Amino acid sequence: MPDTPDFERGGLPGGSGGMESPRGLPAEPSPRTSTVTASRIAVRKTYKLYIGGMFPRSESGRSYVVTDHKGGFLANAALASRKDARDAVTAARKAFGGWSAATAYNRGQVLYRVAELLEGRRAQFIAETRNAEGIGARQAETTVDAAIDRWVWYAGWADKLAQVRGAANPVAGPYFNFSLPEPTGVVAVIAPQASSLLGFVSVVAPAVVSGNTVVALASECRPLPAVSLSEVLATSDVPGGVINVLTGRTAEITPWLASHMDVNAVDLCGASGPLADDLAVAAAENLKRVVKPGDKDWTLAPGLERMLAYLETKTVWHPAGT
Amino acid sequence: MAKFEYAPAPESRAIVSIKESYGLFIGGEFVPGLDGRAFKTISPATEEVLAEVTEAGPADVDRAVSAARKAYEHTWSQLPGKERAKYLFRIARIVQEKARELAVLESLDNGKPIRESRDVDIPLVAAHFFYHAGWADKLEYAGYGPAPKPLGVAGQVIPWNFPLLMLAWKIAPALACGNTVVLKPAETTPLTALAFAEICQQADLPPGVVNIVTGAGETGRALVEHPGIDKVAFTGSTEVGKEIARACAPSRKKVTLELGGKAANVVFEDAPVDQAVEGIVNGIFFNQGHVCCAGSRLLVQESVYDEVLASLRRRLATLRLGDPLDKNTDVGAINSAAQLARIRELSEAGEAEGAQRWSPPCELPVKGFWFPPTVFTGVSQAHRIAREEIFGPVLSVLTFRTPAEAVEKANNTPYGLSAGVWTEKGSLILWMASRLRAGVVWANTFNKFDPASPFGGYKESGYGREGGRHGLEAYLDA
Repeated sequence: MPDTPDFERGGLPGGSGGMESPRGLPAEPSPRTSTVTASRIAVRKTYKLYIGGMFPRSESGRSYVVTDHKGGFLANAALASRKDARDAVTAARKAFGGWSAATAYNRGQVLYRVAELLEGRRAQFIAETRNAEGIGARQAETTVDAAIDRWVWYAGWADKLAQVRGAANPVAGPYFNFSLPEPTGVVAVIAPQASSLLGFVSVVAPAVVSGNTVVALASECRPLPAVSLSEVLATSDVPGGVINVLTGRTAEITPWLASHMDVNAVDLCGASGPLADDLAVAAAENLKRVVKPGDKDWTLAPGLERMLAYLETKTVWHPAGT
Repeated sequence: MAKFEYAPAPESRAIVSIKESYGLFIGGEFVPGLDGRAFKTISPATEEVLAEVTEAGPADVDRAVSAARKAYEHTWSQLPGKERAKYLFRIARIVQEKARELAVLESLDNGKPIRESRDVDIPLVAAHFFYHAGWADKLEYAGYGPAPKPLGVAGQVIPWNFPLLMLAWKIAPALACGNTVVLKPAETTPLTALAFAEICQQADLPPGVVNIVTGAGETGRALVEHPGIDKVAFTGSTEVGKEIARACAPSRKKVTLELGGKAANVVFEDAPVDQAVEGIVNGIFFNQGHVCCAGSRLLVQESVYDEVLASLRRRLATLRLGDPLDKNTDVGAINSAAQLARIRELSEAGEAEGAQRWSPPCELPVKGFWFPPTVFTGVSQAHRIAREEIFGPVLSVLTFRTPAEAVEKANNTPYGLSAGVWTEKGSLILWMASRLRAGVVWANTFNKFDPASPFGGYKESGYGREGGRHGLEAYLDA
């Protein structure tokens, strides 16, 4: 985790023609931002990484251009490095103890709080999702609403997983025997490439609800909604380090996560082709729990698979007798 | 060591505004009763009248059931689980937001110490709504088949010992499973249920999903016997529970009953005494003993009897009885004159039958209903105070020599709601737990409640469970 303060250098407006937009909000185009003379210049946001509850730029000092679906400039996102990835794993490991020990009720309330704050920024996320994915207003609304509802759905699972996946086992002897699910640890998540917000939420929430902590690599070409989501996470009682968000090149960062010996599980969702195979092989080194690559229709109701993927089952024997 | 007196630390009641009178909550609005009858609810600590409350007659109950039926058919059963969930989450949040106000109101109307209403009742109310909100869109995972259906309209009658908490135990699972409800709070403690009606309004809960009819036994009877309801849920005395079971027997109504108890709290010789004494005190003096699962029979292994009793008496001498709104108060007021009379009657029977009565030095306020923490020793299993539910701050102490004898005595009751076991030996806890005929067994703790944990009785303590995955069954056609 970077310990040097990350000083802002001031947001200068785009130098050349003074043209604001396409970073503006196409959902609500404002004539005021169309020319310099007409009105004020918008204050742009720097899209940074989210590691250990802080928003550092990449320690490498690199960034990459993120464009909308028509190729227009949106932002310079941080281009995370190997060291950023390793810092994120360290932060996730540090947060694991507290988060996994929190009561399920508490974790549920924290996840619900994310939904509450996301709902409050609904308009912003609709605009950002439209920009990122090039979808229409109606579809963007549906997508953002589904993302909010997904947090609510997973929030409710926090104190029910053990009731659905745990068991009292009737062993043939004077023993009380029960099995409980426990989080596996640090989960590296390669988020879906297409669905920038709903897909991201759908792969991150099922990991953290049971007490795992996450290092998530956002969609390479559509990272901005995930970065904005990290700003929601930072203000919604999710302890720092529980969810860490990286932006950058999938091919560059994922091998370091898949081979990291302090990562317990990896979701290969957003990887494909030979890279995905290589990552799976690398993950075998310390027997990471692996969720296979593959995109899906994230608007559909999720099942339990992604939660179960990151759960260990612990069975306890205790004698019964005088 | 010098003894320090406690300075009064009363919680302000200014946070609560109580109306002069309340109507019935039917179809999302407060409406007057049809025959204009009303009764007063008082503070049991001062006998001050708090408000006038409408007494619902059969025609009012009928209106409420119709409103619930309409809401069930046209609104609530049409709503997807994930949207029902959002209403329950809203309610949970509003309860959290109004926690202080609700705690003060509960202590005023019920007489329980503010420390308990603030730290136990109200947080659990919010937790119950939060927990069940999560189930609303996950019922297919609860183990009752792929698409479990609600029952319809539930008629719910709750007691006065945990007014708002019992409301939450009833309403949260009912709504989560897709039912609508008509709920009757107890006649001595209707105010937090009426405050809850206002919470439903704030949450924009569709009209008719929750209806609240105030009244006494007759109102409750009209509700559970109403042909328009599909489900009866009752918490209260075993006597009334049996009446309800009889009344509903010829119908197709699904019935769950959470009734009386006479729990054994079993202390073995290897138990950590200080911890056990805290558990004994919590077990019987929590909420003035107005707890159906109270540890009202203390079973102590003979070898540690003297030590446990000495320690218990020492601890009881430190309990502070008085103003329920004082944050230092441990023991509040008895809920009603009628309940006080019953506690007195049974305590006198205990003395008459030969048990030895003891209370710590304890000054009782002049106004209101009060009873000092009381311990009976030399109690035999035949004594009324060992058999009947006193529902007050009265502990009956018995002894045993072997684990088998402890089990025998603990189970020697028609009740079977809860039990406590105190020992350092894990295997003995589990051995006892498997033999105690009770729905909840607390080991090295007592009176612990959680929405995720099923609660309910064996035998004449009733049937059905509330809370947890198991509690959903009561409100599903499963």
